[in-house]
Amino acid sequence: MAAVLQENAVPASAVPAPAAPLAPKAEAKAFNFYYGAFHALKNINLPVYEKKVTAMIGPSGCGKSTFLRSFNRMHDLYPGNRYEGEIRMYPDNVNILAPDVDPIEVRMRVSMVFQKPNPFPKSIYENVAYGLRVRGVKDRQSLDEKVEAALRGAALWNEVKDRLNDLAFNLSGGQQQRMCIARALATDPEILLFDEPTSALDPIATGSIEELVHELKKQVTILIVTHNMQQAARVSDYTAYMYLGELIEFDVTNNIFLKPANKQTEDYITGRFG
Amino acid sequence: MTDKHLSTQFDSELGDVSSRVLEIGGLVEAQLSDAVNALINGSSAAADRAMATGARVNSLEIEIDSEISSIIARRQPAARDLRLLIAISKTTANLERVGDEAEKIARMMKTIIASGQGNRVPTAELRVAADLAAGLLRKSLDGFARLDTALAVDILKEDDLIDVEFNGFVRKLITYMMEDPRKISYSLDLLFVAKALERIGDHAKNIAEFTIYIVKGADVRHTSMDEVESAVK
Repeated sequence: MAAVLQENAVPASAVPAPAAPLAPKAEAKAFNFYYGAFHALKNINLPVYEKKVTAMIGPSGCGKSTFLRSFNRMHDLYPGNRYEGEIRMYPDNVNILAPDVDPIEVRMRVSMVFQKPNPFPKSIYENVAYGLRVRGVKDRQSLDEKVEAALRGAALWNEVKDRLNDLAFNLSGGQQQRMCIARALATDPEILLFDEPTSALDPIATGSIEELVHELKKQVTILIVTHNMQQAARVSDYTAYMYLGELIEFDVTNNIFLKPANKQTEDYITGRFG
Repeated sequence: MTDKHLSTQFDSELGDVSSRVLEIGGLVEAQLSDAVNALINGSSAAADRAMATGARVNSLEIEIDSEISSIIARRQPAARDLRLLIAISKTTANLERVGDEAEKIARMMKTIIASGQGNRVPTAELRVAADLAAGLLRKSLDGFARLDTALAVDILKEDDLIDVEFNGFVRKLITYMMEDPRKISYSLDLLFVAKALERIGDHAKNIAEFTIYIVKGADVRHTSMDEVESAVK
């Protein structure tokens, strides 16, 4: 009997270690944003966990796209815009909003995919190689390798490998969007930003992009803004609900869609408000 | 569900399916009351009625489930709407089972009445258990209709009372059977009746748990009373 007990007793070392604690890849801290005098984002504190998909939802004008764009300093392009607070990136703990941080450098680390596919009027190859060339990569072989890897990463390689020199406009809408994802991937970013990446696509193309998001999170951290709540529920690990420039609720996606803590969030996701 | 959806059509679909649960609940209550009438008064007609109502309950259960599937497919409900639909589906299944138990009692009583022993049923404990079961069922339906979690907690506590009556009755039946082996067959029939009443209490308890799930989002099945009370706080 004693032997049996001993056998069943689990030695401390055999207890499986708890899953590695979630590491934030980036984190907004007391972040505010102003379009001139308009206070668009109010004191946002939000972690973006590494190699997870974080979705941002909320009615139009809630500031979710503004917030997304802050992650690669898109607002720098317009005068009068002002950031306050910090967006830290880890592990180097750099505040990517700091004036002495080069926005071009930030955009290498944080790539963006837009609502509508925006191919450049160039060949498929040159579209994908664009960021690399900006970065000064000239060696043909290394360009070839990276373009192929990016196109494979975006699940487009098999469809375009025989016509890399075709004009990108000749691709279908869904293919163009995947090419834009490949272009964003080519510079090996750490974070990918998606601003409603499927709102201009049909359900099949949407499905392939969502599938891709699922694959991509093995390598990169993803932040996605979407109007389609079912899409947020399908693709994300974490969901943030925003309203009128404020972060109302942030939690594991399952909790947000089954048992949100905040009534406003619940009203929005159940279609009682929005 | 106080607040309205942007889609009034969605509201009316949810309202419709909720009211059907109360409809099936009403039918099952009638079934149980007929079965108890057969049990206590030896009424064969009441037993027949209880069995006949079963068919209507079954078809209503199928209708409710098909409405739920269609709402889920077309509306992609989330949060409390989703919880409501899941709870309705399970509540309906439990109500249908209550109906089955009532039918079982009715069928058993028909046999006992036909054998001429209908007026010799030792009904004291069964009467108490039947009242408790009917009371719990009624409360569980009230709790569901009003989404009243306090009432749901009361039901979880009261279900134990039926179990006490059941155990007492089983002890009594054992003494009958030991005294006179000719009573064994008849006593076993009564044991099934008692068991059916005890099961009805369990179903009422399940419905109370689903009510808590709808309102609080907490699954309190197989948890202690303390956990239940902290969930509804």
